[in-house]
Amino acid sequence: MDATAVARRASHAGPVRTAARRGVPRRAAGATPYLFLLPYGLLFVGFIAVPAVYGFWISLHDYDYLLPHQPWVGLRNYTDLFQSGSRDGSDFWNSMKATGVFTLFSVPFLVTVPLGLALLLNRKFPGRTFFRAVFFTPYVLGVAVVGVLFRFLLDPNLGVVNAYLHDLGLSSTIPWITQLPWAWVSLVAMTVWWTSGFNAIIYLAGLQNIPAELYEAADLDGASAWQKLRHVTLPSLRPVLLFILTLTILASANMFGQSYLVTKGAPANLTRTAIMEIGQVGLGEYRQGAAAAMSYLFALVLVVIGILNFRLLRGRGDAA
Amino acid sequence: MESIERALSRRRFLGVAGALGGSLALAACGGTSTPPGATDATGTAAAGLSYDGPNVTLQFWTGWTGADGQFAKQMVTEFNKANPKVQVQFAAYQWADFFQKLPAAVTSGNGPDVAVMHIDDIATQAAEQVIVPIDAIATALGFSAAQFAPAVWNDGVYQGKRYGIPIDVHNLGLFYNQDLFEKAGISAPPTDLNTYMDALDKLKGIGVQGSWVSPFQFTGGMMFQSLLWQYGGDLYNADTSKATWDSDAGIKALTWMVDLVKQGYSPANVAQDADYVSLKNGKNAMNWQGIWQVNDVESLAGVHIGLAPLPAIGGKPGVWGDSHQFVLPRNGSNSSDKQAAARYFIHWFTGREAEWAKSAKVPALTSLQSSSAFQQLTSLKAFAQEVPAVHFPPAVAGIGDATAKLYDAVQSAVLGHSDPATALHGAASAANGILSDNMQKYG
Repeated sequence: MDATAVARRASHAGPVRTAARRGVPRRAAGATPYLFLLPYGLLFVGFIAVPAVYGFWISLHDYDYLLPHQPWVGLRNYTDLFQSGSRDGSDFWNSMKATGVFTLFSVPFLVTVPLGLALLLNRKFPGRTFFRAVFFTPYVLGVAVVGVLFRFLLDPNLGVVNAYLHDLGLSSTIPWITQLPWAWVSLVAMTVWWTSGFNAIIYLAGLQNIPAELYEAADLDGASAWQKLRHVTLPSLRPVLLFILTLTILASANMFGQSYLVTKGAPANLTRTAIMEIGQVGLGEYRQGAAAAMSYLFALVLVVIGILNFRLLRGRGDAA
Repeated sequence: MESIERALSRRRFLGVAGALGGSLALAACGGTSTPPGATDATGTAAAGLSYDGPNVTLQFWTGWTGADGQFAKQMVTEFNKANPKVQVQFAAYQWADFFQKLPAAVTSGNGPDVAVMHIDDIATQAAEQVIVPIDAIATALGFSAAQFAPAVWNDGVYQGKRYGIPIDVHNLGLFYNQDLFEKAGISAPPTDLNTYMDALDKLKGIGVQGSWVSPFQFTGGMMFQSLLWQYGGDLYNADTSKATWDSDAGIKALTWMVDLVKQGYSPANVAQDADYVSLKNGKNAMNWQGIWQVNDVESLAGVHIGLAPLPAIGGKPGVWGDSHQFVLPRNGSNSSDKQAAARYFIHWFTGREAEWAKSAKVPALTSLQSSSAFQQLTSLKAFAQEVPAVHFPPAVAGIGDATAKLYDAVQSAVLGHSDPATALHGAASAANGILSDNMQKYG
């Protein structure tokens, strides 16, 4: 999806710029632009627009696609979520809270650690390509592999990490994956280890797009390395930063595999994320209506966060 | 993280597309499904004792992804060789995926011809119209209640109709590390509370925490259910309208488990599977584990794991168990030839339950349990012995959603997040809501 997002950004930027340069919109094109749009348009309508509307329709029913009758319940699937003592209310909000905690603690690391990596990997030193590959490697692994790996490492009583800590003289056993806050520490750490490489690559691409003249000019002005970072690199990276921030927030909010495989929601469902909950209700309990309602609330929250995110970062960018 | 997002957007897409396709398919083929068993049973072909129709290929879906899948595959290959007219294609999915794939496939008309599921999923899948009644096949093949342990046979019935034909029973037993037992001077595996605690104290003497308690369904949840029955309790009341695991028996059972941790017979914060891994590497001495691990422990070099019936901690016999059963998916075999071939395959397979038992299961047929072929599998004897004490969850649609609350409670108590009584009461009241929802939904 990242590739398509990049492509989409590019395709947004392209035509606008050319149109602006030429000043006049082309008229003779006729149906041609629409024909070019058609393939994607069909996919968009078929796989995004229609399902999105249909999903909302589902959320208004006590929906079970396996049964012949889908009783209409209006907004009850939504109102139930706000009622204390309802079947899904507390589980859903607990999972939203868990998702929020994970996002809050993972995003800062996932935005800054890769930036640091990218700055290091952007310098010229022997073995640079090798290290670029090394930091990207974990990202190639599937979540199932990463999950199994970290379960071996982090098992409180049998894991390698605690064994080493024990050798170093730590007497107590840290419950890395069965108690809070340790479970969050583990989930965030493994996610940073796993996905930093991807964000670092995007940063690297951004860094390489910064014109060398800016640095030359800064050098002529006698800027220190810190000043160059502060006044040249970071401002130039703002669009990339916005992209990474948005993407990372969404990715973290959609966290599923790590909790599902490593903590299994333990302890007491405190690390059960929204996606886990929605999947369980919709596909495990065959209640697609309730699951759809949860999905729409969840999506709404993400939309609001996304808009805020754009407002904050873009606003400053425009002013500058 | 992109791969998660990709997986999720695909999942979401599949879910929505499945729902879309599902509703269309429902509209298109509501009522066209002919239960294979509905055809009149006459002659040996109709009875599934033989097959002499044209060549057919059957899709056979299971959740056997582990060693038992290898066994099943071998048996299917054997069947295909012996019966060139019927070619069975074997597929195994993780159980969790299985119950997402099967309903979607059935609804879109691409379901398999034969499938296997656990006995406690049968009611739900029958109510969801994923599988069809199988009465006629059971009758044609001559199966009757007398041939099975009562629960194995009776729980395959939903609302008066049979949906499952039993293949096996797989229950918990006591896995113990013989090397540690020897070192601690324990002569025989414990059989009751006193001998269990005595063994634990001796193990403590050699510095071993002897009975690790898992906070997860595997195996903590199954251990709790066994104890619940041993203390005289049950999961649900007679008409399954109320969860009763928060009875005195339930509280005693969970308290006993939590006390194992508190008194240091188990470490705290045991992770998933750590109770079993530690048994194998000599850190844990006793594990209430499933029969399906027998082949795994037997393959270990240099470690000796003994197998015994579960100790009767609560006084009464009580053992968690489950059973694999053949089911017929709706829309699977639409041709009468395929239906006849499916009947024949089920007949063939169930006749070889003793061979299937080598994948570490107890045959469902009691006659096979006492057969010489099965008796030769000495390591499974302890498990077969327990079958009369085995309990299954009730055959009620959607019961798994309610029982999931129990697993939450067990985890909460074992990890020390709440005391046993509070955890069980809370879970029971949540489950009661689910039970009444289910009753309304499934009738």
